[in-house]
Amino acid sequence: MILSSVLVLFGIGLTAAIILAVASKLLYVYEDPRIAQVEAVLAGANCGGCGYPGCAGAAQGVVEGKAGATVCVIGGDTVAANVAAIMGLEFSSMEKQIAFVDCTGGTRAEDVYVYEGIKDCRAQHLLYSGSKMCPEGCLGYGTCVTACQFGAIEMGPNGYPVVDPNLCTACGGCEQVCPRGVITIWGMTARITHLNEITDCLAPCRQRCPGQINIPRYIEQVSRGDYAGALETIRERIPMPLSIGRVCPHPCEEVCRRGHVEEPIGINMIKRFAADWEMHSGQRLPIACAPDTGRKIAVVGGGPAGISCAYFLRRLGHSPTIFESMPALGGQLRYGIPEYRLPKDILDWEIQGILDLGIDVKYNTFFGTDFSLSTLSDDGYEAVFLGIGAWMNMNLQIENEAADGVETGTEFLTKVGLGLETHIGKKVVVIGGGNTAIDTARTSVRLGADVTLMYRRTKDEMPANIEEIIGAEEEGVTYLFLAAPTRILTNESGHVTHVEYITMQLGDPDASGRRRPEPIPGTEAKIEADTVYTAIGQKPELSCLYEDGHCALEETQWRTLGADPDTLQTALPHVFTGGDMHTGPALVITALGEGRKAARSIHQYLTEDAPHITSTIQRELIDYTMFTNVPDVGLRDRIPMPHLIECDERSGTFKEIEGTLSETDVQYEACRCLRCGLTCYNRDQPENQTTEIMTIEKKL
Amino acid sequence: MDYFVLVIAAIFVNNIVLAQYLGNCPFIGTSKETSVAVGMGLAVVFVAAMAACITWCVQKFMLTPNDLGYLQTITFILVIAALVQFVEMFLKKAIPPLYKSLGIFLPLITTNCAVLGIAIICQREEYTFIETLIFSVASGLGFMLALVLMAGIRERLDLSPVPVSLKGTPLGLIVAGLMSLAFFAFKGMAS
Repeated sequence: MILSSVLVLFGIGLTAAIILAVASKLLYVYEDPRIAQVEAVLAGANCGGCGYPGCAGAAQGVVEGKAGATVCVIGGDTVAANVAAIMGLEFSSMEKQIAFVDCTGGTRAEDVYVYEGIKDCRAQHLLYSGSKMCPEGCLGYGTCVTACQFGAIEMGPNGYPVVDPNLCTACGGCEQVCPRGVITIWGMTARITHLNEITDCLAPCRQRCPGQINIPRYIEQVSRGDYAGALETIRERIPMPLSIGRVCPHPCEEVCRRGHVEEPIGINMIKRFAADWEMHSGQRLPIACAPDTGRKIAVVGGGPAGISCAYFLRRLGHSPTIFESMPALGGQLRYGIPEYRLPKDILDWEIQGILDLGIDVKYNTFFGTDFSLSTLSDDGYEAVFLGIGAWMNMNLQIENEAADGVETGTEFLTKVGLGLETHIGKKVVVIGGGNTAIDTARTSVRLGADVTLMYRRTKDEMPANIEEIIGAEEEGVTYLFLAAPTRILTNESGHVTHVEYITMQLGDPDASGRRRPEPIPGTEAKIEADTVYTAIGQKPELSCLYEDGHCALEETQWRTLGADPDTLQTALPHVFTGGDMHTGPALVITALGEGRKAARSIHQYLTEDAPHITSTIQRELIDYTMFTNVPDVGLRDRIPMPHLIECDERSGTFKEIEGTLSETDVQYEACRCLRCGLTCYNRDQPENQTTEIMTIEKKL
Repeated sequence: MDYFVLVIAAIFVNNIVLAQYLGNCPFIGTSKETSVAVGMGLAVVFVAAMAACITWCVQKFMLTPNDLGYLQTITFILVIAALVQFVEMFLKKAIPPLYKSLGIFLPLITTNCAVLGIAIICQREEYTFIETLIFSVASGLGFMLALVLMAGIRERLDLSPVPVSLKGTPLGLIVAGLMSLAFFAFKGMAS
């Protein structure tokens, strides 16, 4: 019996062994030994952050070429270098990614439903997906906190998650469980290339900013003394906070919710403080750039748009070269904005910091003369950004316009910027109502002239900044409203002596929304003038685009360069545009924003064949976030902008007028911010708010 | 009709997990997510049916004629282990997507006493080959049903405030006990 038992078991075992041996021979599947090697060097957390089911799956993905050496999101540079070594790849460095909570607070949005179920975001989202007044925002039950394997998230004082960047491994656990998409795993490249989307938590100021700066975030960072962080936040959207902090007309402040209660937050003042803080600290903060890609891009025009495009291309790892027709970079910032608003040494300091990232510049080179699109291609430039601005002036279309002593405002300001002789007279008439007109008038005052500014509408319709209008008035500029020039009168030698004008009245609103000025017949009058500056509008000079009478690009009916409004790609796939050349004369912040948009598109064109956008891109202000009143907010006066020189001293000097807020004042101003989300805002922020936040962060 | 009763009995009355108390390790271990539970359930159905059929043949043509019934357990373990290995190799070669979707579950089944239990019950009840096939498939489905129900409950438990000491397996075992009690209500429907 024992023998038969042993024989039977042995027989079954042998049969099974033979079958398996034959099967293993016949059914053998080759498995690359590198899979096991790669798996052995991965972090081994099986966190799923890489998108593969565990480390084994990730290793297989790497060996099959579906994933790169940086597949392991929590492994860091060491793991990536080891994987690269096994796979025979080169690895320089891995972009640091962290979980990013894109909402800085405000009090919790009100509940539409009373929810008494399981305190979990996913549960509430399943039952009442629109249960908060804010359709996109955080539900506040902290599911992400429990999902984080690394203890990197805690709920902040307002019920929003706060991420500790030092502990975050970017495994993506929090992002996966968040049902509202409030948390995103982002690296620098993704943050730079992100355009505002209607599903983002966009406070009104952020929606309105043409540069798409995350305003609530940097104000919050300033409020807790993290000036370097604030500057980094600003620089993810614009490269020139020093300049823009001085010259921006801050359209963001027009929609600030506190403006419904009292005066809006001094957003631009806070930005200027952060930028000045770096300059006064004596050292430049490091600006992170992605590893070099070696891709060459030509940036034609070294104005705000060109500088911005080159800066972001460099940060994305590419090698831009700026071709500038003038002897220095800056465009209208240098040659159009007077010294008293933007001192040139500050502009130089800022531009030098950008060029130090590794951007080449070729000065005094003219597009269309010294080089063209085809020569750029021949020289190995894979894409071109055209941002030559709008330097051609509009004509008044009146008699004697070309008389001696009549000049455009931009020509005058450029001469002043270059330090050339202006031949300005004693009695100056400036025609126009925009910022260029005001700059021309205030600069003329400083050169000792008696200045009259003639505008065909009233003061309320002037497109210039209100601070500038008031500043000019204080400095002695005389306004002549509701007056339009009809003729320039000259002496025998052809030099201007008078400007004849006609009185206007306002009719119905025109396409711009402003009331159309109409002349009142028989009201002609004369005003004495030995110099006349016209500043009634500019347009781009597009003749440089023509080669042998042919232009491969599209010109719009407004004489600007035509391009896709979102990607800024022109009719030629490798050519992109932005700034005044695309929009016509606009704000500096708009040009800086377009520069980033174009850099984003060029990056996508180079790395993904074509630029692309999502269907949820934010173009207009989001209606339901624009309140008409904001109740229950405690009053707090706005800090006035400090002035460096008194009004009566200004007319004789080009020294900077406005100053920077003190640290105490900027903290106070930052704490006036209501910390708006989409529909929530801080009704009455307590005095000790800052302290609370700092305590929590220290604890983390 | 007999076959229908056999199926009902295997799935509900004599459920392999909740009435026979077999296969508790994978029952607790793989019932955290519904999708995983379905994968494991399908793998058990497939392997249990194959194992029951092959062991029926081994018993019928090898052990019983040679009067070696006492070798049943060790023989069946050997056969099931070899079978699972073979199935794994076959699927890896022939149907890679199915192999990938079954993943870790196939090797787990090697030591799954539910599969061995199903094979032994078929012999104890002296089922015919057809009855063995039907019973094993139905028992596998019973296992899958218990697993999916358990996973559904545990997914909800994950969202609930639970005392730390009870989180995970302890609460899983308590729930399994309660489910088992509930399945006793089927007693008397069929035997």
